[in-house]
Amino acid sequence: MTEASFDPLLLSIAAPLAVALAIGLGLPKRWSVLLSYVGFAVPALMGLHAWFHFGSAPKEAHGYAFLTRYSTGLDGLGIGLKLGLNGVSAPLFAMAGIVGLAAGLYAIQSQAERLKIYLMLLLVMVAGLMGVFASVDVFYYYFFHELALIPTFIMVGVWGGRDRSYAAMQMTIYLTLGAMLSLIGLIALYVRSGASSFDLLALRDALAAQPLDGLVQRHLFGILLLGFGILVSLWPFHSWAPLGYGAAPSSAAMLHAGVLKKFGLYGLIQIALPLLPLGALSWAHSLAGFAAFGNILVIGFVTIAQRDLKQMVGYSSVMHMGYAFLGIACGSVLGASGVVLFMIAHGFSVALLFLLSTSVHQRTQTFDLEQMGGLARTAPILAAFFVAATFAGIGLPGFANFWGEFTIFFALWKFSPGYTVIAVSGIVISAVYGLRAAARIFFGEPTEEFARVAAKHPRGDLAWAERLPALILLVALLWIGLWPKSVTDSIDLAKPGAPVAALAQP
Amino acid sequence: MDLHSLQSAAAQNDWYAIFPELLVACLALLLLVLEIILPKRSHGLIPAVAIVGQLGILAGLVINYDSSFRGVATFNGLLLHSSGGQALRLFFLLASILVCLLARVTLARQSVPAVEFYHIVLVVAASMMLLVQSHHFVMLFVALETVTIGLYILVSYFRTSTRTLEAGLKYLIMGALSSALLLFGIVLLYGVAGNPLLPAHTDHAMDYTALATFLAANPHNFMASAGIALVLSGVAFKIGAFPFQIWVPDVYQGAPTPVTAFLAVASKAAGFGVLLVLATQTFASYGWLVTPVLTLMAGATLLFGNLAALTQNNVKRLIGLSGVSHAGFLLLGVSAAATVPMAIGAVYFYLYAYLIASFAVFGVMAHVAGTDDSDQELSHYAGLARRSPFLGAVLAIGLGSLAGIPPFAGFMGKFFIFIAAYRAHFFCLLAIAITSVVISIYYYFGWIRAAFFDTEPAADASRPEGSAVEWPAGLALATLALTSLALGFYQGPLGRLLDRR
Repeated sequence: MTEASFDPLLLSIAAPLAVALAIGLGLPKRWSVLLSYVGFAVPALMGLHAWFHFGSAPKEAHGYAFLTRYSTGLDGLGIGLKLGLNGVSAPLFAMAGIVGLAAGLYAIQSQAERLKIYLMLLLVMVAGLMGVFASVDVFYYYFFHELALIPTFIMVGVWGGRDRSYAAMQMTIYLTLGAMLSLIGLIALYVRSGASSFDLLALRDALAAQPLDGLVQRHLFGILLLGFGILVSLWPFHSWAPLGYGAAPSSAAMLHAGVLKKFGLYGLIQIALPLLPLGALSWAHSLAGFAAFGNILVIGFVTIAQRDLKQMVGYSSVMHMGYAFLGIACGSVLGASGVVLFMIAHGFSVALLFLLSTSVHQRTQTFDLEQMGGLARTAPILAAFFVAATFAGIGLPGFANFWGEFTIFFALWKFSPGYTVIAVSGIVISAVYGLRAAARIFFGEPTEEFARVAAKHPRGDLAWAERLPALILLVALLWIGLWPKSVTDSIDLAKPGAPVAALAQP
Repeated sequence: MDLHSLQSAAAQNDWYAIFPELLVACLALLLLVLEIILPKRSHGLIPAVAIVGQLGILAGLVINYDSSFRGVATFNGLLLHSSGGQALRLFFLLASILVCLLARVTLARQSVPAVEFYHIVLVVAASMMLLVQSHHFVMLFVALETVTIGLYILVSYFRTSTRTLEAGLKYLIMGALSSALLLFGIVLLYGVAGNPLLPAHTDHAMDYTALATFLAANPHNFMASAGIALVLSGVAFKIGAFPFQIWVPDVYQGAPTPVTAFLAVASKAAGFGVLLVLATQTFASYGWLVTPVLTLMAGATLLFGNLAALTQNNVKRLIGLSGVSHAGFLLLGVSAAATVPMAIGAVYFYLYAYLIASFAVFGVMAHVAGTDDSDQELSHYAGLARRSPFLGAVLAIGLGSLAGIPPFAGFMGKFFIFIAAYRAHFFCLLAIAITSVVISIYYYFGWIRAAFFDTEPAADASRPEGSAVEWPAGLALATLALTSLALGFYQGPLGRLLDRR
């Protein structure tokens, strides 16, 4: 364990927290806004820094780099703030920073009511997100997730749209249940492993030396799957998601749907698959069934039926989680790597869609798809962005999502051709609702009512302040789409899902 | 005589071991003296004397925390100065300081004599400090009765209010009943342990060590089991555990807000201090009886407290019933403590987190309350965050910590209890516990929602504005809120409580 004088990981967590604290202690508004630029930029820069230097950084145990550990007084329990990145977390860490920056920039220009508190909560959320992916200690991984989750509830409740109070309450209760179940699962893992440490590396060593009994693994994986499944909106525990995202203010939705929701998938890949390979195998078929039938088919059709733009984006993100679960169910290195790639891509694309939906709403004053039309005439650049984001969401080549979905399908074929057919048909479903929404909003004749609204609120096209965050996300999508090697190199180093794959093909 | 022998003489003086308690009691007497000798216009200084004096004692206690009396029995075995007792001493002193601070806010709105209030609070605090260090049933009972009689007076302190009188009467009857149960249990244990026909019989059965030896030699004695059950019931009244929680909502609502806080935090902690000693040491050989009783009680308490709190609109009743559910979490820790040593530290950590969060919430309640102290509805909190962002923030942090949301101290407390419970294999109780957390989120969130999300109601002429925040109370509330936050990130010295495996 080297004592680094410059720790990009700690800095990425501490900087937004420090800015949030300064704002909370009563900084004047102008300074708050200026300082929050720093608070949002530092994590993004540190994320990119870590990503670019990851390949050349000296690797320690289990392929982790940048390892540092800070004691918080709980060494007796084997808990400490241990930070580090491996091949899976490095690109996700960078993704969290970039989406955080985009959400922050969008929030600053949004002129929200009580902007200071809004920015403060958003900064806390960013700090939590960076912490989730930087933590090697399982306890802190959970802790940072909750740190990011709480501001979400408050933001939905205070700055949310329709039904915000109900949505906030439902989201809080649902997600607390999921989080509590995962916490119990993690505690169970900690006690059963005999490592008496929450350090992921110590847990790996302990369980590699003495794997748990198959039945115990099955139970533990089940608890974790249920807990994480609720958090990632696995069907039928998804109902909080569309309602919550429908009500959430755009930046909160961007961060939650884009980054925070990946917590559960990340936990399954980094913690559950390597530590409980037998458990993962025993649940693979049930998981695949729920994901393929529930998330992809049922939710896919529900998404087609949506008339509300934001609900539609919310449902579509639930549906896309189905691909990720299918990739995990494959139990192969390829499948798990595909999921990591897909998580990164989906993080950018869904954040972009939420951002653009809010920009659409500001120009139409409605989320009802039936009432919109012809927006491309007044806002051609918005239309271009939106269509690009829709293509990315569907998974067309050229965008990052394509590689993620493609890899998952490829791995899935080996697991079960039947599920592959369902999954591929999901692409068609995505194309139906995605393209139909784009067509409704931007093309065709505007309805009379809409024309009146547009005349009353002449917003014109995307302003530069809105364009910048959208551009950041779109560039990231295209970058990975055209040069996937920049991400896959590091994922290949980590070989996610290898223990399961070793068991699946003896 | 050289200095060294003077030191050793002082170290052997038992009175030196209870120096903090003596100082607190002397301070209590000083307050009464000051009331007589000071001119009437200077009486406002007396609460300040009480608070500053206790802060001084607190500083002394912290400096001498690792006292040489650790692990030593004094006064012929009446007291045993354990490390847990030391942690709780500090706890009661902190609680009493905070109660005095709240009392300054609440008493300012009432026309009742003030000095006696502080006097009694100090006396009760000193007896609680003795109570948790007692190692002998006579000491236990005397200290407990001093605490309870003091609380009888405090609960009915606003004697012109019918609700307060009702609360006082209920607390009196229930307190007397619980004392009777406890005494009956003690007598049974004393009687059976003195039976010359039984092995290891003893004339000193009031002493915990002697009793434990006797119980270990007679592991399934019926009379002893009955005595143990009765003693546990007596203690369960104090902590408000199911099925002895029935007095909680009415008494909490009627009692003056600072007293409610005192009952909810200090009185409960005293009960748990006693319970920890009894369950893990004295009654350790009766684990077959104690553990099932405690676990059943824990599960029922968790469920009852949370379900009953769901429908409350009066915040004092709400916090009382939520306090019942906290007693359930603590009981979970105590039942695990018989087999898992780290559970003891977890219980102490939880108590500290609970103290910090509860007083933050009670502090806000004391400021929001109107003239009628028992009339504090959820609807009075509508728009609080706009009226006073400071109180709103403190309330949110306090409630968040009580609900067990990271990054607040309350989450760490629950987390440690969960680890202990898992290690003790209480899987069903864990399931109940996480359900309770989810239920509790609902009502805590409802309160936060009232303060932050609801719009302010039209001004109600019959209800005066809450008090403005003065600096001593404001400083205390800010400290509590920040400590709650800091303890979530850095457990430091308190984390060491958990190290004893």
